[in-house]
Amino acid sequence: MTNEQCTTLKVLDNVPFGQVSGEHLFFALRLERPEWKNWQPGQFVMVRPSGWAMDMLWARPFSICRVSNRDLVLFFQVVGRGTRRMATLKSGDEVMVWGPLGNGFAVEPDTPTLLLAGGIGIAPFVGYVHSHPKPWNLHMEFGHRMPLNCYPYESINEKIMGDAHLEEKPEDLTLFIERMDKRIQEYGEQNGLVLACGPTPFLRTVQHLALKHKVRCQLSLETRMACGVGACLGCVTKVSDDMHANGVAAGRAQVCNHGPVFWADQVNLSEG
Amino acid sequence: MDMRLNLPGLPDFSFKNPILTASGTFGYGIEFAPYGDLTTLGGIVVKGLSLAPRAGNPMPRIAETPCGMLNAVGLQNSGVESFIKDKLPKLPWRDLPVIANIYACDPGEFAELTSVLAREQGIAAIEVNISCPNVKEGGILFGQDAAQAARVTEAVKRVAGDKPVIIKLSPNVTDITTIAKAVEDAGADMLSCINTLSGMGVDIRTRKPLLANVIGGLSGPAIKPVALRCVWQVCRAVNIPVIGIGGIASAEDVLEFMLVGAHAVQVGTANFVRPDFSFRLVREFEQLVQKMGITDLEEFRGSLKA
Repeated sequence: MTNEQCTTLKVLDNVPFGQVSGEHLFFALRLERPEWKNWQPGQFVMVRPSGWAMDMLWARPFSICRVSNRDLVLFFQVVGRGTRRMATLKSGDEVMVWGPLGNGFAVEPDTPTLLLAGGIGIAPFVGYVHSHPKPWNLHMEFGHRMPLNCYPYESINEKIMGDAHLEEKPEDLTLFIERMDKRIQEYGEQNGLVLACGPTPFLRTVQHLALKHKVRCQLSLETRMACGVGACLGCVTKVSDDMHANGVAAGRAQVCNHGPVFWADQVNLSEG
Repeated sequence: MDMRLNLPGLPDFSFKNPILTASGTFGYGIEFAPYGDLTTLGGIVVKGLSLAPRAGNPMPRIAETPCGMLNAVGLQNSGVESFIKDKLPKLPWRDLPVIANIYACDPGEFAELTSVLAREQGIAAIEVNISCPNVKEGGILFGQDAAQAARVTEAVKRVAGDKPVIIKLSPNVTDITTIAKAVEDAGADMLSCINTLSGMGVDIRTRKPLLANVIGGLSGPAIKPVALRCVWQVCRAVNIPVIGIGGIASAEDVLEFMLVGAHAVQVGTANFVRPDFSFRLVREFEQLVQKMGITDLEEFRGSLKA
């Protein structure tokens, strides 16, 4: 039985996080709770403010950050026309939301699990950490370029151990990659699980390290989408042969409904 | 009121209302089942099918434009056999006209695809894509040459049996009516127009095109005036039913296309505005028709005072 819905929700509030050059670029958008029966951390929703005319046609995809009895929280960064206009949403405005969409991250309560987040890729891990039955088995390494208070890091840090790595210069990135290399190797040695979310270059690095250390690893892909339901074929990624048998057409799978979470050995991130 | 459309020349074929969904924008239909009752639609045109599976074009394949979008998907699909085996049985085809959109590289291959689909009880009609701008071989070339378009139409008609054949026309031609008349003479039962307009987008910061394919097809409300013009011209040139496509995003738009002569419409890019768009449009169209006091859609159709 499918659980997806398309519904109009009221904005409860739209809280800015941190500042960059005096400007707010990060927001926690809190919406009325949709009538979903269930959802999984790592799933996403498509969001389109009701006030958008036909100028911008597409909704925008966002990871589900957190769902409580009262609200649905999405965390977003202003990067383009759509998110810039979403930053102006205020309490009482209406947005159209469809979801929950895609698959979620694996939850293995007793397995040591390393969470690797790059920038805004931290968003789905808020829900993951807060809904995990044994959060003491989780650890996070968080790489970020903006001040730490721009991200919902505190919400994660209050629940599990984590390390944040600010990238200001190229050497910082090198150190962060070395750190991830070491940690992924450790989790491989203890048959652990690695989960990653962030921009594609970050995911490529994680994928490379995970395959090198033969650790089970899932990647949540970020990509442009038009429909979010598998119809437009605008969000495809190259996938391995074993996914072909899974209803995937000719080597490319839609990120929206075959993902956004893929096993690291199933995807080829060379495109896009 | 009864929204059912009886189509001239096709006594055994009708749509329960004039709102269909366009190929490439509604997946195989199954994807939209959580968002509405598929059987309330006039029909669905499934995404383009080819004989063998196709991987389509590299990413990025889509880009948003003012009031529209560009795509260069390149007809990615899992092939006709996979569609018949895995997708078609999941569709409520007894209560919903399922139209198969087909793409091939030559007339013989078009005919081969048609003969496979003609055997399928669940297929109501076949829409022939001679106008895709996003594939190198075949594609739009068939749709830009009247003789070639007629050859494809004849090849498909020869093996289509009792399945109506719809030819999908390209706007990327000097005179769309020449092609329309050629395929009508070659035996087409219906026409659908228009496919996407050839377009491109660029990024001044990266100095790269927005699509990996550089050129793609423009769709959405941005192309509606072009589509309306094409449908009007084609409706005056031929005697077979025409299905209007291009930027339909409201009940008023549906009536506009009918006013210039379309029997039905296909909703495309608007399905991406929200997944329940077409289901809502059926209801809104019925309300608008009532509100405007239109009692006979056939009388309204083509009544433009030009």
